[in-house]
Amino acid sequence: MTEAQRYTASEILAILSARQLQDGQVVFAGIGVPLLAATLAQRTRCPALTILFEGGVVGAFVEPGKLPPSTNDQRCTKRANMVLGSADVLLLLQRGYVDVGFMGGAQIDQFGNLNSSFIGDPAKPKTRLPGTGGGNDISSLTNMIVAMKHEKRRFVEKVDFITSPGFIRGGTSRRDSGLPSGGMWRVITELAVFGFDDRTRRIKVLALNPGVNREEVQDNTGFRLDFDEKLHVTSPPTDHELETLRMLDPDRLFTA
Amino acid sequence: MPDTLVEPYTRLREKMAQRDRSLREKVVSLEEAAGFVQDGMKVGIGGSTMSRTPMAMLWELIRQHRKDLSISRCIVSTDGDLVFGSGIANHVVTSWFAQGILWGLSKVMRHHVENGGKRYEEWSHMAVGMRFRAGGMGVPFLPTRAMLGSDIVGQRPEAKQIDCPFTGEKLLLVPALNPDVALIHVQRCDPYGNAQIDGLQFMDIDLALAANSVILTTERIVSNDQIRRAPDQTKIPFFCVDAVVEVPYGSAPHECYGLYEPMMRHMEAYVTQVNADPVKGMQEYLDRYFYSPKSWNEYLSLIGMDEVLEATQKGRSIYND
Repeated sequence: MTEAQRYTASEILAILSARQLQDGQVVFAGIGVPLLAATLAQRTRCPALTILFEGGVVGAFVEPGKLPPSTNDQRCTKRANMVLGSADVLLLLQRGYVDVGFMGGAQIDQFGNLNSSFIGDPAKPKTRLPGTGGGNDISSLTNMIVAMKHEKRRFVEKVDFITSPGFIRGGTSRRDSGLPSGGMWRVITELAVFGFDDRTRRIKVLALNPGVNREEVQDNTGFRLDFDEKLHVTSPPTDHELETLRMLDPDRLFTA
Repeated sequence: MPDTLVEPYTRLREKMAQRDRSLREKVVSLEEAAGFVQDGMKVGIGGSTMSRTPMAMLWELIRQHRKDLSISRCIVSTDGDLVFGSGIANHVVTSWFAQGILWGLSKVMRHHVENGGKRYEEWSHMAVGMRFRAGGMGVPFLPTRAMLGSDIVGQRPEAKQIDCPFTGEKLLLVPALNPDVALIHVQRCDPYGNAQIDGLQFMDIDLALAANSVILTTERIVSNDQIRRAPDQTKIPFFCVDAVVEVPYGSAPHECYGLYEPMMRHMEAYVTQVNADPVKGMQEYLDRYFYSPKSWNEYLSLIGMDEVLEATQKGRSIYND
């Protein structure tokens, strides 16, 4: 079996995302791949990971095969440490208790800004998207990991609308806007792992996913990409990672 | 009185002084409770997404053809579709508006917002919470550090950016939201309205405190003695509450913690139907499930015994080891 046939695009997305988390961290996870990847990390390398959900859950321990349809459903609370009101769990971000936020993205730009509100002119939108949910709160107040599909129309030079701020216009513009903490840290796609330049705050490729070359990443991106000088190739998903992931999501709710 | 974004404190206190906050039984029918909601009111909705949605109360308001309501809720699911699709609301204040993450974009929301002249007023999730909390605290605003730097803030002239008088830091002030009436569904309450909520409480306590009146729908009415056995479980005090309606399965097809999970086959069928045609599909859905049934029980029968029981089995399993 070739490497690419061993797993689906969303499986490698979940696995490489899970690898970004460290044991002992407090992570605020959104629904979909973030919830799944955080749970995967918890069940593999990071048993002391504390997972928060916007529905008010502190210390989630999601049951295999019983993934919740949103982060506001009762399944999120099974074997959790605590339930809070949703405003209070979000306020933990503002106080600084959360090490990393973790969410999906519909459209991202070179400074890591995310759009989930409007396609086209917001005054006369081509498409009204669902909106921020807790995304803006999380990205405003902590370090962010974003897991998303890699398509040219999703990776654009400038988003139509900044729903969840990354580094805004780069440089110090995030801090100058009143957001002194946090910011985009990693973006994971089925093609590559991205970070951000310390000074310009522009996105750059840190690592290529197994079997992917530079051209493929560039061709699927709507602006010119920088590649890190230490660019490397990520090690492929292990059997243990794949087995655990499939045990958690046997119905392929989030890994279709 | 002219409508203002934030109710002046004296008016808020006058409204409170006029409420009958005495310890009295408040049990009414769904039809009677709907009388607390008048055309044009600001209506806060409890629960979040597919959880503890006061669906029976919304069902009744849709059947009674309320209009021009302004709805606020932390996150809306199909309830958002239904208030736009039925025409009872022209304005929804929330942080996220689709049927559920499993189903992508809501064609119903898109139709009414992109072409239908209805307003989806977007705030961050925490900002919605701070607006209800400010309302519940009796202050005109609360400061937050979210939304700054984003384009959401540019869409929201209602929010004011300031330099903190203590530290000089940039802050965003979000205005208090005091709905005219809040609709909240709970697992149990007594006839006075002392309400116990199991599991996720979302923003319901702040919402109940903020609103100028509260209609509770409840899975069960229990005695005051039973409430007093576990006062730590009481989340909403009776003096916030103006009406109590007993409606078993009052969140269906959404979930109610510990009792039933979302009725996913019904949800799937709904989403397929309304997203295929957000006008005709919605009209047919409303005709079948909202306007035709003679009672809430008949609505539940249309969802179907199999579906209701399956959701119940899953709902109760949250308490299994």
